[in-house]
Amino acid sequence: MKVELRGIHKYFGVNHANDDITLTIPSGTIQGILGENGAGKSTLMKILSGFIHADSGEVLLDGKSVVIESPAVAIHDGIGMLHQDPLDFPPMRVIDNFMLGQKGGLFPNRVRAARDLRRLQKEFDFDIDPENYVDSLTVGERQQLEIMRLLYLGARVFILDEPTTGISAAQKDKLFETLKKFREQAITVIFVSHKLEDVEKLCDQVAVLRQGKLVGAMDKPFNQKKLVEMMFGKEVPLGTKQTVCQDRTVLNLDRVSIEGMRLKIKDIDFHICEGEVVGLAGMEGSGQDLFLRACAGLIRTVGGVVKVNDRDLTGKSYHTYKKHGVEFLPAARLEQALAPGLTLAEHFILAEKQTGVFINHERGRRLAEERIKTFNIKGAPVSPVESLSGGNQQRTLLSLLRHPLSLVLVEHPTRGLDIESVVYIWGKLKERCKQGAAIVFMSSDLDEILQYSDRVLVFYNGRISHPFDANKTNVQQLGELIGGKGWDE
Amino acid sequence: MKHTTLNRIGFQLFALLLAFGIASLVLLAVGASPVQIYKDMFGSLGTKGKIADVLVSWAPLLLATAGLLITFAAGLWNIGVEGQITFGAIGTTLVLRLLQNSAMNAGFIIALSIFAGMLAGALWAALAGALKTFGGVNEIFGGLGLNFVATALTIYLVFGPWKRPGTGSMSGTQPFPEQFNLPLFEGLRLSPWALVVAVVGIVFVYFLLQGTYFGLRLKAVGKNFRAAYLLGIPTWQYMMFSFLLCGALSGAAGALQVTAVYHRLIPSISSGYGYLGLMVAMLVNYQAIAAIPVAFFFAALNIGSIQLPIVHKLDSSFSGVLQGLLVLFILLAEGARQRLTPKA
Repeated sequence: MKVELRGIHKYFGVNHANDDITLTIPSGTIQGILGENGAGKSTLMKILSGFIHADSGEVLLDGKSVVIESPAVAIHDGIGMLHQDPLDFPPMRVIDNFMLGQKGGLFPNRVRAARDLRRLQKEFDFDIDPENYVDSLTVGERQQLEIMRLLYLGARVFILDEPTTGISAAQKDKLFETLKKFREQAITVIFVSHKLEDVEKLCDQVAVLRQGKLVGAMDKPFNQKKLVEMMFGKEVPLGTKQTVCQDRTVLNLDRVSIEGMRLKIKDIDFHICEGEVVGLAGMEGSGQDLFLRACAGLIRTVGGVVKVNDRDLTGKSYHTYKKHGVEFLPAARLEQALAPGLTLAEHFILAEKQTGVFINHERGRRLAEERIKTFNIKGAPVSPVESLSGGNQQRTLLSLLRHPLSLVLVEHPTRGLDIESVVYIWGKLKERCKQGAAIVFMSSDLDEILQYSDRVLVFYNGRISHPFDANKTNVQQLGELIGGKGWDE
Repeated sequence: MKHTTLNRIGFQLFALLLAFGIASLVLLAVGASPVQIYKDMFGSLGTKGKIADVLVSWAPLLLATAGLLITFAAGLWNIGVEGQITFGAIGTTLVLRLLQNSAMNAGFIIALSIFAGMLAGALWAALAGALKTFGGVNEIFGGLGLNFVATALTIYLVFGPWKRPGTGSMSGTQPFPEQFNLPLFEGLRLSPWALVVAVVGIVFVYFLLQGTYFGLRLKAVGKNFRAAYLLGIPTWQYMMFSFLLCGALSGAAGALQVTAVYHRLIPSISSGYGYLGLMVAMLVNYQAIAAIPVAFFFAALNIGSIQLPIVHKLDSSFSGVLQGLLVLFILLAEGARQRLTPKA
């Protein structure tokens, strides 16, 4: 199916998220959409799949103008969207998920659906048990299920939002194979990503968005250097690693034990010095999140002693830790760290030391303007935080950190951010280190861990490795430990 | 900016028209003349006495609304406000009963009783708050339960320990001697003191929510309490504070009902001002100052509808129908405005 976008505009408040986007995707093409965070990719895809409406502009499918009122209308018109986190129902069976969205009478025809599911599985060489529950599937399998479901609903245009995040290499290969098969069936694929390598490998043509505008397009073969230039406007230098020599211990854990819902971690001995960065590697849910939260006083430890700046804070609440210069930055920014509905200025007022009873709004506004400038946040003092893009929300979080700090605990400091934001955010974090703060962060990106940490801890199923010197280890060694190899019993 | 304000007013006028339109259909359906009825409801506002009557119910309604604005800011649905008004009235009655034979100055006793009413209201709200913060009971359910308890307690008191000499009656306890009534305007049923308390209450809430760190922190707790906690705000304490303040303000409403209006405890002492206040608070959406005219309008509808059974043989609950329709359509219009207005 041929997809044409004509003059799409979308505003969020003052933010011009899509600025006159015009793009034609011929039938059976794999179209890559590149751009940094906040460039307007997600907005454009949400418009195309009916989640939000364009302020002006036109969408044509096979030359016919369509009005996409809702995701239901989108799928009726043949547009299916595969979200980064699959929008399925984990407590339900595979077959029930597969049948969702189907039109038809009161009683669904399970037998026919099961037969069709088998046929599709065979066609694409997938292997999912229809009677299994979705919560037992891997992200890759859930993706496969979504693809089949959308096909079954008659999708002729597939939008995939960062589909290669969180799936295995084998699943990625299979996904790419599937998408290439789509090409033969004249199904159009729109592939949204910030991974250049994936885009190069898969796409027939690429469009690049920057600050809401379509800044360039390229056909195969791609010139990687030029694509990066189009995305960021300039070549981004990678941050340099530096190790500050230190002696003062900021945080000390002495035989600390933690009990989570599913996981127990026993007898942790750990310390971190002023200016040091420690990265926590491991599969999601191996205990890193518990470790970080225990270091912040957000969960109670069940044994051992936690000391911050040589003061025993065992069993104290996060607010006590905060008083001693500890800050925790969660991965779910809008859910856990920012208050949607309040403005940037109000966040700064809340985070600052408050004197008196009445708010000095003027001071709040000045403070916000100053931080917006220093931290390069795309927004105004009166912008509600939820109107900012992910990268700008993360910058806001960093700009809310107080001075001075002893310890910053960060979950996924750069997840979902573009390279420029990554470099920027690490620049700001390293600045904190130079001022004497220690940083502990978890990440699923091994390159990030190796590049920015001084020492690395690997987590596996509630066990913690001894600290590795980041200069002396490598992806291979850490990768094996993460996968469960090399742990002595 | 100006454009949006005009736009909003346009939509709200339309909603007003729709609400009155549908209410008129209801009236037509029962064979009444809408024009005549609206004329009777509002036409009577012309006299000084009627306006005073409206203000009599405006004061407690405004106080309940003021309290609710605080709990709304904290993201809490304090349905228990009815019970808090009732319990405030009980507290006031208790102090008046205990002290009416003492040698103290009557004015001082009244002040003390109003203060006791605020304390009692806060106490009742604290129960709902404690259930929420420590017991994990949703404040809607806890508050609703406590409303029933407060009503039952009033009826028990009116017919039991505090009953009139002779047999208890639905008309309430024995009225207090005149010196324990708040002084009234000459020839009217309205007490200037009630107006003062109500205005002080709403102005207090206005400054609290607009200008203070306390108010901002409360809003942060309401918008996202996990984030508020990470920002260093003691979240459950702030929730409790908001319950206490709301309880104190609605307790004051109950105290006014006793000292300025009924001069005794009656079974329906809260007069539904809590639920009505919920509607006003929803309509004004954090804007404390806007509560002043909106509460007046709602009070006027209540007073106007008192005429209906006498003149038109219509039930006075018609004002409730109209109030409900107004809230529905104005909220609807706001939703429609956001959907239909192109963002620029």
